[in-house]
Amino acid sequence: MKIFKAILSVTITIALIWLLQTKFGDIPPVGKFLNPVSGFWQNAEGNNAFADENLKLTGLQGNVVIRYDEHRVPHIFAENDHDMYYAQGYVTARDRLWEMDIQTREASGRLSEVLGDKTLDVDRYHRRMGMVYGAENAMRGINKDPQVKAAVDAYTDGINSYIHSLSRKDYPIEFKLLDYAPEDWKPINCALLLKLMSETLAGGSDQFALTNNLKHFGAKVINDLFPDYPYNEDPIIPEGTKWNFKPLPIPKPSASFLAQMTDSITTPGKKEDIGSNNWAIAGSKSANGYPILANDPHLHLTYPSIWYQIQLSSPTVNTYGVSLPGAPCIVIGFNQKISWGVTNVGADVLDWYQVRFKDASKNQYWYNNQWNNAKKRIEVIKVRGEMPVYDTVIYTHHGPVVYDSPTQQSGGVGENVPVGNALRWIAHDESDDFMTFYLLNRGKNYDDYREAIKHFTAPAQNFIFADADKDIAITPAGKFPLKFKDQGKFILDGSDPANDWQGWIPFEQNPTIKNPERGFVSSANQSSTDQTYPYYITWKFDSPYERGKRINDRLTAMKNATADSLRLLQGDTYSIHAQNVLDAMLGYLDPTKLSADQLQAYSVLKKWNKRFDAGEIGATVFQLWWNNFYRMTWDDKFSVKNTRLLYPNRDRTVKLLLTDPKSKWFDNTQTPAVETCGDIVNIAFAHAVDKLVKEKGKMNINWQWGRVMHTEIANLAQLPGFGSGNFISGGASGVINAISGSNGPSWRMVVQLGPVVKGYGVLPGGESGNPGSFYYDDMLQTWKDGQLNELLFLQYPTEVSKRIKSTLILTK
Amino acid sequence: MLFFIILVLTIAGSFILPWSAAAIIAFIAAICCAKTSGQAFWSGFGAVFIAWMMLALFKSIPNNHILATRVSRLFHLPNWAFVLVITALIGGIVGGMAALSGVLVKKVFEKQG
Repeated sequence: MKIFKAILSVTITIALIWLLQTKFGDIPPVGKFLNPVSGFWQNAEGNNAFADENLKLTGLQGNVVIRYDEHRVPHIFAENDHDMYYAQGYVTARDRLWEMDIQTREASGRLSEVLGDKTLDVDRYHRRMGMVYGAENAMRGINKDPQVKAAVDAYTDGINSYIHSLSRKDYPIEFKLLDYAPEDWKPINCALLLKLMSETLAGGSDQFALTNNLKHFGAKVINDLFPDYPYNEDPIIPEGTKWNFKPLPIPKPSASFLAQMTDSITTPGKKEDIGSNNWAIAGSKSANGYPILANDPHLHLTYPSIWYQIQLSSPTVNTYGVSLPGAPCIVIGFNQKISWGVTNVGADVLDWYQVRFKDASKNQYWYNNQWNNAKKRIEVIKVRGEMPVYDTVIYTHHGPVVYDSPTQQSGGVGENVPVGNALRWIAHDESDDFMTFYLLNRGKNYDDYREAIKHFTAPAQNFIFADADKDIAITPAGKFPLKFKDQGKFILDGSDPANDWQGWIPFEQNPTIKNPERGFVSSANQSSTDQTYPYYITWKFDSPYERGKRINDRLTAMKNATADSLRLLQGDTYSIHAQNVLDAMLGYLDPTKLSADQLQAYSVLKKWNKRFDAGEIGATVFQLWWNNFYRMTWDDKFSVKNTRLLYPNRDRTVKLLLTDPKSKWFDNTQTPAVETCGDIVNIAFAHAVDKLVKEKGKMNINWQWGRVMHTEIANLAQLPGFGSGNFISGGASGVINAISGSNGPSWRMVVQLGPVVKGYGVLPGGESGNPGSFYYDDMLQTWKDGQLNELLFLQYPTEVSKRIKSTLILTK
Repeated sequence: MLFFIILVLTIAGSFILPWSAAAIIAFIAAICCAKTSGQAFWSGFGAVFIAWMMLALFKSIPNNHILATRVSRLFHLPNWAFVLVITALIGGIVGGMAALSGVLVKKVFEKQG
């Protein structure tokens, strides 16, 4: 009996420990996670955790001094470039290891390895899109370039040096929650992060939907509703700029044909309103006579922050700015002489080609009047707790057939004609994008800037520039395929060589402008040029023109500007869209026929300052009204069951409203009456007010824009409690301060050039990726307030500053 | 006595040993100096409960409980104190069961001896 009791008790104890050590589904191993010895409590950082430190690391060539300021921004001083990038890798990993790990897993289709089969579709998508294939090609470009290769290798060694120093209790909390261990960093991970950026910024396509549109409505309607140049525009390169080059011959349009319907492909559509702002004013407009540059890239905001602030200094460079955690160099920043920034171009660098295979084996495909061999690439997707999944992806000379769908074809139709689409995507090309940042970090003048951006491939960016020699410039840079007009607007016939990309627009002929007469350069994802530019870049750029227009209006009026003037402009919430349409829309309302609630909303709108500030009720009513108007105009025609169609964009809808009120498009085909613009405007208004009254009661504080717009910065893994929580904020997607839900400025920077450069900036979050750190979100309030921190740009390692809080010395 | 031995060793061991070492400490300590089953369980429970609570607070107080608060939201608990108590309870149960096992095993050998 005693033996039985003893055995029972020991067994229960061992089973209990086993249970506490084991992960069940999404629940972390409770004992492993909660115990204070190695569990999450160990990730709680004290407020005085950053005392001076000395660390001995293998792989360094000399000593490195890293000084941390009050926001925990590291200022790295190294005796050579190798050690500088090594230290960059080391400190970035120390702050952001899990973010780096999960993002490279996402990019390379390896999430399921740690998260199980629920991410299998995401993994399969990334594999089939050729993300790893693209990263491998990028590595070829990187390996050809000794300087960049050395930087990537040293950065990798620095990360691994940190990883190897960790014991289980030191792992970032997310590893403990998801119950896996960090693995060694590889150089290709740096390239994978660039591919992820390409996917975010140049990985969408409207080709399918638009091809469906073409079948559904015919060419005449499509040309009318989906024009190649917007109704309202204020291009990046000022209208009327002359092109002082002789363009290459433009390829002849092919006899293209429409592809088979491929509705279930899950490539996202291009998002309107994803975008960013940058501008630089010339010395003629600034108070101190030197240029000032501003940049705020808009992305889907997350904790940990997307960017990592850092200062990098060695005998060859001293530069400050933000880097991508997982890639060496600084992407947006400044040095003593120059400053630079980026916004997305939105060029059409992703095209789909219909492929005809010879037979079901899909070993050969038809191209240039003959059968050509396809390549097959086998993707092995490891799945936690299950057998690996094998996925074969067919590659034509265009790229991967992301999706082949004989199983989708119903009723036996076309079963012998396997149809899929091959993807031609710039992100698959060999490239050396890091060279751009390597050179910009060391740049001294305009010529260095031009040389640097020549190396950039994708995702194409509007590189803005200002320097202490008082030059300003902007260049949409990246490799742009040489195309005939509208090539890639619809799905292309992959068998016709005339549909291939016919080389590249020469770098020297990319749109660019230096020191324009108007005294400033700017971009906000609108069209790169007016219609005189000889080459085709895309039929629709990333964003409608409103933000760009507002920036240009304000900069035109600006005199004696300071860094603070530009900071204020970054927070501007005035809506050009409302300015364009509000009066016309109000004009259709007859106040005598409105209900009491509607009349109240009407008079608020009459007095509204057209700003999307947090306290504005007018903004709420207008936004809802416009959304209703837009949907009521198009829904009955473009929302067709089982067919994905592309809606006409905001710009085209504005044109319709302002110039064609009797258009047939306003008629709701589901009612017997024939509606015109005024009818739709009135119904949309009534619905908007009814909805607000119904949901929030008669007009009250809850109608304010900041309370209606749900603003929140969520954790990268969507972990509840690890994000910012909901907060009240102004801003909107079509205004300069483009905070909109969980999208917004992921970094705000203003740089005053001059004899002594002065930078200002803020992250929506903080430097640390640890939710248990004071520096996880210490800058959020400053960001919310629209303020910037003065950036501490040290000139030498021992420079005295009250803002330096601790020093980390790395020795070999 | 048993209580203090387990408490001190668990805290001291936490800096070098894995978390489940608390079970082994309680087990061996109970073999050495436990008298009754009840005394062993409650000494083990109380000692590891308090040791873990102290260890957790040692990290969490300088942190202003920022992380514990975030974790409480993650598990939909009202506040960080719940996370602390659950942590301590888990430790306590493991420590108690291990100590109980220790004394029961000891009794098997006592009979034979």
